[in-house]
Amino acid sequence: MAPEVKVYALSTCIHCKKAKEYLDQCGVKYDCVHVDQLTGQERKDMVEEVKKLNPSVSFPTLVVNGETIVGFNQEKIDEALKK
Amino acid sequence: MTPEKLYEALKKIQEPKGYFFNPDMSMTMPLMESLLINKDRLGYMACPCRLANGEFEADRDIVCPCEYREADVAEFGACFCGLYVSKAWLEGTIEKVVVPERRPVEKILW
Repeated sequence: MAPEVKVYALSTCIHCKKAKEYLDQCGVKYDCVHVDQLTGQERKDMVEEVKKLNPSVSFPTLVVNGETIVGFNQEKIDEALKK
Repeated sequence: MTPEKLYEALKKIQEPKGYFFNPDMSMTMPLMESLLINKDRLGYMACPCRLANGEFEADRDIVCPCEYREADVAEFGACFCGLYVSKAWLEGTIEKVVVPERRPVEKILW
């Protein structure tokens, strides 16, 4: 079963870019949203969505097979992908 | 202003203060570009790795170099972005970790 991966990112953030590059290297498909490019209510709603997963609303915030990973942490991504 | 020019200008100012640029140019140069993007987009160099509010007064703490750099470099050897690093970080005498967010979440207004 293909892993389910969501990436909450910022278009200017290098850790977000590196995390996505790593997922690409692993051949993992993911859904990415650049929160800094959202505006108005959509942005407010997205910030709330991230806050539920990661109270400090820092980026990247990844959800890999249901597990939230804050920051680009390669080991944690590897472990979560194995599940 | 090009990323390279920004890099040279900042290096001269920051290194004497003990803040060195991350030697990994695949980190540092995109961050120089992002600072220039934020300068164009917002009018000030908001931290590329944080969600800026878009108003200078509300983002004063994350205008690069951010208010959190000193504490982060002291504790982890690197700022949140991994742009500025300490001598110890450069020399590999401290462990390289993912720097957690120090900015209070209440500072994100929308």
